[in-house]
Amino acid sequence: MARFSEANLKTATEIISRYPRPKSALIPLLHLAQEQDGYVAEDAMEHIAELVGVTPAEVLGTCSFYEMFKREPVGKYLINVCTNISCMLLGGEELLHHLEDRLGIKAGSTTPDGMFTLEDVECIAACTEAPCLQVNYRYQYKVTPEDADQLLEDLRAGRRAHEVPEHGTLARVRQHIPADRRAGNAIPGQCEEPVWITRAAASEGGEA
Amino acid sequence: MAVTDARPIVTRRFGLDDGHTLERYVATGGYEGLKAALGKTPDQVQEEVKAASLLGRGGAGFPAGVKWGFCPPGVWSRYLVVNGDESEPGTYKDRLLMERDPHQLIEGVLIASYAIGAAQAFLYIRGEMALAQERVAQALNEAYEAGYIGKNILGSDYSIDVVLHWGAGAYIVGEETALIESLEGNRGMPRLKPPYFPAAKGLYMQPTVVNNVETLSNLPWILANGATQFGELGAESARGTRMFAVSGHVKNPGVYEVEFGVTTFRDLIYAPVYGGGIRGDRKLKAFIPGGASAPWFYEEHLDLPLEPGAVGQAGSMLGSGAVVVMDETTDAVKAAWRLVRFFARESCGKCTPCREGTSWLEKILRRILDGQGRPEDVDLLMDVSDNISPGLSWPPRQTTICPLGQSATPPIASAVYRFREEFERYIGAPVEVTVPVKGRTYIPVTAEAAGV
Repeated sequence: MARFSEANLKTATEIISRYPRPKSALIPLLHLAQEQDGYVAEDAMEHIAELVGVTPAEVLGTCSFYEMFKREPVGKYLINVCTNISCMLLGGEELLHHLEDRLGIKAGSTTPDGMFTLEDVECIAACTEAPCLQVNYRYQYKVTPEDADQLLEDLRAGRRAHEVPEHGTLARVRQHIPADRRAGNAIPGQCEEPVWITRAAASEGGEA
Repeated sequence: MAVTDARPIVTRRFGLDDGHTLERYVATGGYEGLKAALGKTPDQVQEEVKAASLLGRGGAGFPAGVKWGFCPPGVWSRYLVVNGDESEPGTYKDRLLMERDPHQLIEGVLIASYAIGAAQAFLYIRGEMALAQERVAQALNEAYEAGYIGKNILGSDYSIDVVLHWGAGAYIVGEETALIESLEGNRGMPRLKPPYFPAAKGLYMQPTVVNNVETLSNLPWILANGATQFGELGAESARGTRMFAVSGHVKNPGVYEVEFGVTTFRDLIYAPVYGGGIRGDRKLKAFIPGGASAPWFYEEHLDLPLEPGAVGQAGSMLGSGAVVVMDETTDAVKAAWRLVRFFARESCGKCTPCREGTSWLEKILRRILDGQGRPEDVDLLMDVSDNISPGLSWPPRQTTICPLGQSATPPIASAVYRFREEFERYIGAPVEVTVPVKGRTYIPVTAEAAGV
């Protein structure tokens, strides 16, 4: 597995069709690849390159810039602990160290059973709920060491499956544009003045 | 003291559990602003927004109506890009707006696109915000079905697609030209300005307006109630309301929508309805008034109004509306290090002063904290900072393509100017060698006993 499955290929085609230029779909497609395999595999990048008409190196170039794309398998649950200023002031580092102790790994690595990857991350926009963390990008607020222990236990036992999907799945709701409601892509160089602008200008001119 | 009872604008549906649904949105006055806009010409809508003097809520604080006017006339297609890549440390408002009231944002996008004549709009949401992406996707789907987006909106000749797009973890993408690069499928590195001002050469080298989530979320209210009523709120130079995230050592950390320009920092930090004072009634050491890039403020700045001009004159900025409060127990060196580490990690690597400078600063601060600081290190910090942003003045001077590099210098300058003795205490302290024993328990050993 690594190239897109048939169902994902359909989704990929739909995503590409929404952009005036196919390369714009690169990041959403990399997310789709990560959703399929849990990480971005090399074959997936080659497939994406074919789909959007660039070289695999260009896909890698984009992929490697962004922190969320993992090019090697990570744990089923990616735990991102914020240690930036607001969280640091209220115990973010201590929380990270607590999780390192509990999991027996350093931040940046994965437990041997492939269950958890722990990361020390930058601000995740929950500053008033410090210290906070995300599990596969789902928030946990004002986390005490006890909360963290409970969280690990729940995740191991599969009790959070309804709120926390496996690593790779981001939004569980996708945008769908109904064919009869589509306005269409604005392809550069092929567009004229929008009709409502022309109409408004004409009526203003008429009034004057 | 000016804790006003002005009614909230952008957060007015935050109390509702279902404020994110189309049904509730329409039942509470939703899409009335769009209808009002469609009853006007695009120019009239632009005029209305200009009259409201709505300042951009992203960080730079530039008037939105004026920004729209920078698109060169007669050049088509134009695009609207929504900047929902909120990642400035301490900043926490756009995510709430996207999660709790996504239709308000979409309505704002539709109004702005109508006014500037955009042929397509892209809504760029930060990668880490899964719930925001779900809520906005759901809202877009509902709005398409109901005829608010797409072909012939509400039966008019106005048609536009709004495409949801999301990032993958890169602070720099919040810079508008980097956002455009990212939206084109590239590494999110900023473009040189000039010539790549988005209004002239933006997405696909076409005229592009990039607006912040909170800015756009104000438009439905302005169009529905009029610029005059909007102007009654706030101060002359900063109209309306603004969302502030008050975090750190306060009793009630929270995101508060307050009247712009009238409310003061003291209100925000100490008023019972807002921050409620410092935890444990300790003393205030310092606070960051506008996100990690802003120079710190202290006790003497508490009575400044939340108004960009006044804050700018006092040597800092309101920036992204992030107020981080540090009490007297805070280690200034450590706080500075953590902020600088952020910029070092997030530097995209394009410009030398930023790429080399920020990581150098981070290393120096780290070794000071580790007890390995050299006597010349404090001056070295200032020297490196001065090379990134000559003169360390405010507003800062820039040696790089975008402001990220210089943003690492205010935390250092703030900490060194005010708390230099804390740096010197670290540097002057005898070196402690630590020996790991079990897990993360360290037993400090004196240099003498360790035989060093």
